[in-house]
Amino acid sequence: MSYLDQLNKGGKPDGAAAKPAPVAATPEDAAETAAPEPPITTVDLKREYEDAGVRDVLEELDRELIGLKPVKKRIRETAALLLVERARRRLGLAHETPTLHMSFTGNPGTGKTTVALKMANLLHRLGYIRKGHLVSVTRDDLVGQYIGHTAPKTKDILKKAMGGVLFIDEAYYLYRPENERDYGQEAIEILLQVMENQRDDLVVILAGYADRMDKFFESNPGFRSRIAHHIDFPDYSNDELHRIAVGMLERQNYHLTDEAATILASYIEQRRGQPHFANARSIRNALDRARLRQANRLFEQDAGPLDAAALSEIAAEDIAASRVFLQKPGHNAEPVHPETAARETGPRELGEEERHP
Amino acid sequence: MRMTQGTFSFLPDLTDEQITKQIQYCLDNGWAVNLEYTDDPHPRNTYWDMWGHPMFDIADAAGVMMELQSCRKAFGDRYIRLSAFDSTHGWESVKISFIVNRPKEEPGYRLRRQEGNGRNMRYTTEPYADAKPEGERYGV
Repeated sequence: MSYLDQLNKGGKPDGAAAKPAPVAATPEDAAETAAPEPPITTVDLKREYEDAGVRDVLEELDRELIGLKPVKKRIRETAALLLVERARRRLGLAHETPTLHMSFTGNPGTGKTTVALKMANLLHRLGYIRKGHLVSVTRDDLVGQYIGHTAPKTKDILKKAMGGVLFIDEAYYLYRPENERDYGQEAIEILLQVMENQRDDLVVILAGYADRMDKFFESNPGFRSRIAHHIDFPDYSNDELHRIAVGMLERQNYHLTDEAATILASYIEQRRGQPHFANARSIRNALDRARLRQANRLFEQDAGPLDAAALSEIAAEDIAASRVFLQKPGHNAEPVHPETAARETGPRELGEEERHP
Repeated sequence: MRMTQGTFSFLPDLTDEQITKQIQYCLDNGWAVNLEYTDDPHPRNTYWDMWGHPMFDIADAAGVMMELQSCRKAFGDRYIRLSAFDSTHGWESVKISFIVNRPKEEPGYRLRRQEGNGRNMRYTTEPYADAKPEGERYGV
């Protein structure tokens, strides 16, 4: 277990109250470090950790992101490295700006963009980037349509991202080996040049599916050697997805009935087996559709005045109506729930499920 | 003769580090930063060419410095000026403008006198560099 892990364990006030911890830790520390001020000879890592606000970011990460254990571990390790590197610099020890470019690999909906945002915040607090904003782009934003279009476009994006983090989603699309005159290569060259020469100004994070990113790195060895941190995002388990769903609903002031929670669990299980499953994103879409059905239900029932509880309750039938339950492998479109048969004739919602009969 | 124009004109030329700080100040205020270049050094010449577009959606000075470097690479033998435009309603004008690049040799200005009616004298200045056509003025 890393040092930072222990810090997190030890100082955590248990539960939702996160803020008071840094304050509570200071009085003894202040007495130790206040005296030797002019020549810095010692560095209190714990104090640095608190002062830079790294603890806040890491705790926020733990609190807000469900699952993703290996990712959190890697981020904590990275934070430790950067903190120590910073301390070394302060003491005048040999140091060089560590390469901070990263690659995030994982299936869609596993939280790559969210973590990138947190990473930008973390690097900003540690002083490795000056502004801490995140510029999220895809191939379209970097690669032009005709000769001479690509360089200004790529440079424009780079200019905007300076002082922050440039997040390139589905980075492998930049490189199209089947078309040797593709302008993506030009964008790659400019990117590589800036990644090498302006390491102090910009951190680049490449993201995408694991297998295609591997191929991309194979054909672009320049990228591989310039990226120090490869972080792999695992898929969420069913239980984690369920907790994510409940968290999403809570944030929107909705809650599930007990029955609905059970149905949701089986929904997640079935949805996973179907094409175009995108982890948390699929769940978010499913919840959006459930809210739509809930609204429809309330409207159609027309049961007189409604209180807040009724307006924020997602019932079992709101989820059970999903077409996911109709697609049993083996026999096609056999209604599973009695209510769904009635709903089948109603107006259809557009969603990712609909694309695959 | 050294041309002076805009903010900081009587200070020694700013270093890149100082320029970066000025740019950051401009960006923090939400001003659009522009780069312009010319090889007509006359103080009354207001028509400078723009290098690229005004840069108004940039967070950090490093982005502008990147443009400045490429402008210097292309027009290192000309005057380059950096200006920042405040688009706030009621201001809508340039808030700061200073020179960030100048030719190595600045030959200065010739003073011309013209005798007018009676004992009238008319004076005019023109840069020596003006004698040559645009683009050839500073030792290319």
